Amino acid sequence: MRFRAKIVDLACLNHFSRIINTIAKLAKTCILRLTVCKLYFILSDKVANGGASMWCELSQGNFFDEFQMEGVAAEHNEIYLEFVPENLWRAFKTAQSAKAVKIKLTNKHCPCLRVAVELPSLSSSSRIVTHDIPVGVIPRRMWNDFREPSVPDFDVSIYLPVLKTMKSVVERMKNLSNFIVIEANLSGEMNLKIETDLVSVTTHFKDLGNPPWASEDGYQSSAQGRDVESMAEACIDIKKLQQLLAGQQVNPTKALCSKFNSSACELQLVGSFAILSFSRISVFIFVCLKVNIFTAPEDFQYLYF
Amino acid sequence: MKCVIAGGNVKVLGRAVHSLSRIGDELYLEPTESGLSLRAVNTSRSAFAAFLFAPLFFQLYEPGSAGPDTELFRCKVHMKSFLGVFRSLPSLEKSVGKCLILLKPRASRLVLQLHCKHGVTKTHNLAFQECERLQAVFDTQRCASRLCAPARLLAEAVVHFPPTLAEVTLGTGLGGKISLRNYVEDEAELSKTMVTELWLAEDEFQSVAVAPGSHITFCLKEFRGLLSFAEASNLPLTIHFDEPGRPVIFTLDDTVLEVHLVLATLSDLESSSQSPSTNGVSHLPAPSDDFADDLESYMAAMETSEGCSEGPPSPTFPLRTPQPAKSKPQQQEEGGGGGGGGGGGRSCARDPPAQEGEGWVCLGAGGGQSLLLTPPFLPTVPLPVFWLGDDTRKAWSGHHPGGAGGGQRWRKLSPRVTATPSLHPTTRTGTPQ
Repeated sequence: MRFRAKIVDLACLNHFSRIINTIAKLAKTCILRLTVCKLYFILSDKVANGGASMWCELSQGNFFDEFQMEGVAAEHNEIYLEFVPENLWRAFKTAQSAKAVKIKLTNKHCPCLRVAVELPSLSSSSRIVTHDIPVGVIPRRMWNDFREPSVPDFDVSIYLPVLKTMKSVVERMKNLSNFIVIEANLSGEMNLKIETDLVSVTTHFKDLGNPPWASEDGYQSSAQGRDVESMAEACIDIKKLQQLLAGQQVNPTKALCSKFNSSACELQLVGSFAILSFSRISVFIFVCLKVNIFTAPEDFQYLYF
Repeated sequence: MKCVIAGGNVKVLGRAVHSLSRIGDELYLEPTESGLSLRAVNTSRSAFAAFLFAPLFFQLYEPGSAGPDTELFRCKVHMKSFLGVFRSLPSLEKSVGKCLILLKPRASRLVLQLHCKHGVTKTHNLAFQECERLQAVFDTQRCASRLCAPARLLAEAVVHFPPTLAEVTLGTGLGGKISLRNYVEDEAELSKTMVTELWLAEDEFQSVAVAPGSHITFCLKEFRGLLSFAEASNLPLTIHFDEPGRPVIFTLDDTVLEVHLVLATLSDLESSSQSPSTNGVSHLPAPSDDFADDLESYMAAMETSEGCSEGPPSPTFPLRTPQPAKSKPQQQEEGGGGGGGGGGGRSCARDPPAQEGEGWVCLGAGGGQSLLLTPPFLPTVPLPVFWLGDDTRKAWSGHHPGGAGGGQRWRKLSPRVTATPSLHPTTRTGTPQ
């Protein structure tokens, strides 16, 4: 099992740091999956993290000038590592002006991701900073826990407004309620709503646009034949939503919000976000926020997984 | 005491207060003929800082009059109230033209007056407490290693460490490189903690004179406070250090300003692990060496009964006295066990150090006594200690569990240290003017 990579380009370095920052804000621990041409940051849906899961996929060629890896076996040429993204973020935070950043998998006292940063200095030789980030190597039998989540079948898919705006709205609503209702329809309208005994507040967004999903089979099914005016709604933990919005360092050009809402069953996946950046470097972060809703709105009950 | 500070120097004073506020909760003001000294010590007495502003720093400086038998009036104030005056540095720079500091012993007030723009005058009347002199005893000349670097270099070096990090190890490596590394206590933690290490080339420093292979571990928080001051003042910072366990001294020198920061360092665990035998069996340095060391290296905080009464019964001042009558039985036993070790320093009945004659209360005076300084903010980490004698220094390991009695580890490794919180009676000679 071997891994080494190197970033030289400053733009790539900055972009990579911002992604790490986003991830660090979303998850306390996460999984880094390394394959020959891609790396993935995965937060799987577990009890501890309140039902949020995340899937972030990066093409190594977009970031790294050198990228060598050798998995556990030839037929399973992958590495799964568990680590604290905060640590990685700390290492990259002070590497903004670095000449080069090398990442290496080492095993000295414990398995570590060694981030070696070469910083410019006033003297002839550069300053070298090394950060040994302890990692846990995930055994192969556990790999199945970290498979790509399937995009759930949804009723409505909509482009989100500018995230900054949405963030400030959500932040204010957070003071009033613990849960937020997101409503959207197929004619580009979205409402953010809180309802308490004393107050109900709704923010309306218009002309947001609905992304076409025709190319991917299956996804269209439930959205098709739906009344364009009728609102699909989802109720989610406002703190989770705020955390997601606050952590956005990627400046996505497009953010999608898809909602799945069926009133029949007890267990529903009600909120999911896919955030895409279509700049030179494409990043795909998929975040699911999960809340349970029982059929009748007055009997809302929220359970966390 | 009366002094007037003008223009940009107000901000310098403000920054100094900010830096001192990282160390202690009380600010000691000591007007002397050579300038106004602001000092602070932390509660565990493992960190001490002194800023001496020369008379030239001020527009007007009158330390007050001292009689032949009296000393200049000294006082201490709450750090928070003093810091409050200088809280916002940018606004100090923008609006304050002049600052007047007036010590009125009769009215029991320390008056700070800020003369701001548009004719606004802000007057702060602070309550103070009379106090003894606060002085750490150290000698930079006796430190084996010395590093001098622009503050910026060191500031850029410490940003790589997380703000919550307690201690760093400064060491020397191959090719004369200087390394900084976060200190991790034990192996178990090592597999959970991110270890950051930074290497700086020798030629980035202004001067490097270090004993090869030397390393020290000290607290980062206080050092950061000094660094931010040094960086803003654009002064080079000199680090004087010796073996592990001996204090590290950071100095800044300017024509109108002299700054000293003294920090306890962590004793070398390797050498301390051998210490029980070393202590038990008696092969120890010659008494004379011990004594010389004692004089130079310990830190004596000159607090008097006043200081005692206000604090807890001071586990931070474990004072080993030669009189067995004062020791508890257990301590006697300990003292006996380590008798070989202590013999050097303790048995020699000597005159107290010269400083005592100057109105200081020297804790641990007389050779074998030690003043132990442990920070309370790191209960789980082996704590830095100032060691006074050669033998005791090596004996240190583990944290001092808070006063007399001690934990297993402490007792085992350092059998000779006992704690007697009673201080010498004060010999305060100065009286209010």
